[in-house]
Order: sequence, then C-alpha cells, then structure tokens
Amino acid sequence: MDLLYEPWPWYIAGPVIGLTVPLLLLAGGKMFGVSANLRHTCAACTFGKVDFFNYDWKTAGRWNFTFLAGSVIGGFLAGHVFANPDPINLSSATIADLQALGIRDFDGLVPDDLFVWSSLGTATGLTVLGLGGFLVGFGARYAGGCTSGHAISGLSDLQLASLLAVFGFFIGGLLMTYLIYPLIL
Amino acid sequence: MKNTMKLTEYLKYLSIGIGFGFVLVKSEVVSWFRIQEMFRFDSIHMYGIIGLAVIVGMISVQLIKRYNMTDVNGNLISIPAKDSSQVTRYMVGGSIFGLGWALLGACPGPMFALLGSGLTVMIVPIAAALLGTYVYGVLRPKLPH
Repeated sequence: MDLLYEPWPWYIAGPVIGLTVPLLLLAGGKMFGVSANLRHTCAACTFGKVDFFNYDWKTAGRWNFTFLAGSVIGGFLAGHVFANPDPINLSSATIADLQALGIRDFDGLVPDDLFVWSSLGTATGLTVLGLGGFLVGFGARYAGGCTSGHAISGLSDLQLASLLAVFGFFIGGLLMTYLIYPLIL
Repeated sequence: MKNTMKLTEYLKYLSIGIGFGFVLVKSEVVSWFRIQEMFRFDSIHMYGIIGLAVIVGMISVQLIKRYNMTDVNGNLISIPAKDSSQVTRYMVGGSIFGLGWALLGACPGPMFALLGSGLTVMIVPIAAALLGTYVYGVLRPKLPH
C-alpha cells in the first residue's frame, strides 16, 4: 500500500509517462498531446467563427477529452485519495532560493502563498495564475504543442520541430526563473 | 473515423488518462516546486523523468514504425511529420510557453491533474489558458510562423 501513498522516484515515473505514447498509438493511432484539448474546447465554443477553430472538434477531440477526463480522475486518486502526507523532498538550494523570494509554505505540491483563491486579490497571485495560464495556452498553440505534444511525443518521433520548441520552452523558462520571477515575487 | 465512439473506446482512453494523471501527481511533475527546481538545475528529478519518458517513447515509436504496426482496431498507425521549416513558430511560441510554464509551474496536463487532486483554484489558469488559445486563434493570420 505504501507504493500508492509514497511519491514515485523519477526512474519509475519517467518510463511510465513515456508509455502513454505507445499506449495511445496502439489504442487508436492517437498522438499524445494534452493542449489540443484547449483548441478543441475553443472550437466547441466559437461555432466556426474563427478559421483556426472551424473544424469537426467532436471527431478530432472526443478521444482526447476522454483521456483528459481520465487525467483529472487520476489526479484525484493520486492527489486526494492516496495523497502523500509528507512535503516534497526538494533540493535545499531551491528551498533556500524560494525562501529568499518570500515563499513560506513548502508542505504540499504547490505553495499556499500563491495557489489559493484569495491570492487572486494580489497582483502576484493574479500574475502567476492568470498570466501564467494565458501564456501557457497562447504559447502552446503558437508552438503547436506543449510538454506532452513536443517534449514527449515529438521528441519520441525524432521531430526537429519539437526539438526547436523544447529549446524555446527552456529559453522562456530560464528568462522567467532568473530575470522576471525575482521582480514578481 | 466514425462519428460515434463505442463505450469500450471511451473506457480505453479514460483508463490511459487515469494512469497518466496518477503518475503525474505521484511523480510530483505537477508541483510548482519541482518546476522551479528544474529551471534552477538543482535536481535530476524532472530531467530524469522527461529523459526516460522520451527514451521509452522513442523506442516504442521506432518499433511501431519499423514493424508497420496496427492499432487494436486493425488500422495502420501513421504519425504525421511536423513542419520543421516554421522555425519562428517553434522558437517564439515555445519561449512564450516556457515563460508561462515557469510562472505557473504547470503545463496543460498538470493543470488538470492538479484540479482533480482538489486544487479548485486551477480553474483560473485553465480558463486563462483557454483565453490564450482563443487569442492565438484570432491573431494567427497576423503572427509570423
């Protein structure tokens, strides 16, 4: 039972995540990519008024919406039913760095300093949750995929485009971490 | 593809999704802390996960291609190539995504897995990501790709 409650080490979790790619291909020739669901949702809501969202989202997206619903259930099982009661075993250098930036809560998967509803009343919380989400959605579609579609599916298929996108992910991520985040927090 | 999906089809994708959401949380990939740690190069954790996921994915995709494998319905599995000539799109779009990934500490999969774990405030970044997707769709003809 401990296996269900304890966090999984990277060398177990990595291969399991990687198996998602062949499982979806064998299940129905589907390419693993989560952010396509955001596009399908826009397609479902805009009724063909925007070219980019004018396609048969039901045929294209039904399997992926189902997969996404499964991910929410999986998150519920792993993060609620079988939640790990202990704090994350984070590196001490990162903890020191984040404490210097003003993060106080290190107990859960995310800091209560930012990921609570009341944080929306602060400029920092609104930036992290609102702007962060916006950039993820905008950037994923601009780049044609997110971590799953490019870093995992695309690199698995040896796509140069995905390697370029992953370089981009790190350019943006490092800029945020070293230059912008210290100004926000 | 037919316009309807049988119940067994739904169950197939639902169960793969459950497994994916489960491992995302158990591996702490959904954690804002782990993403901050990754971009600081303070731990092998995220690199080990992504690296091994890619190796497993790569071996499987190459086997599927080499042996012209079919899916469970008997259809040949074909993987469309991406257009790698659109360098601007991948570098600029990727960088914008990276800014958001580090800021929010979650990419699309983890946003939904975190919501499932009971973190209801994730509705806000999910709604914001939908807005971002929509704005991209509207601006698309004007953006360099």
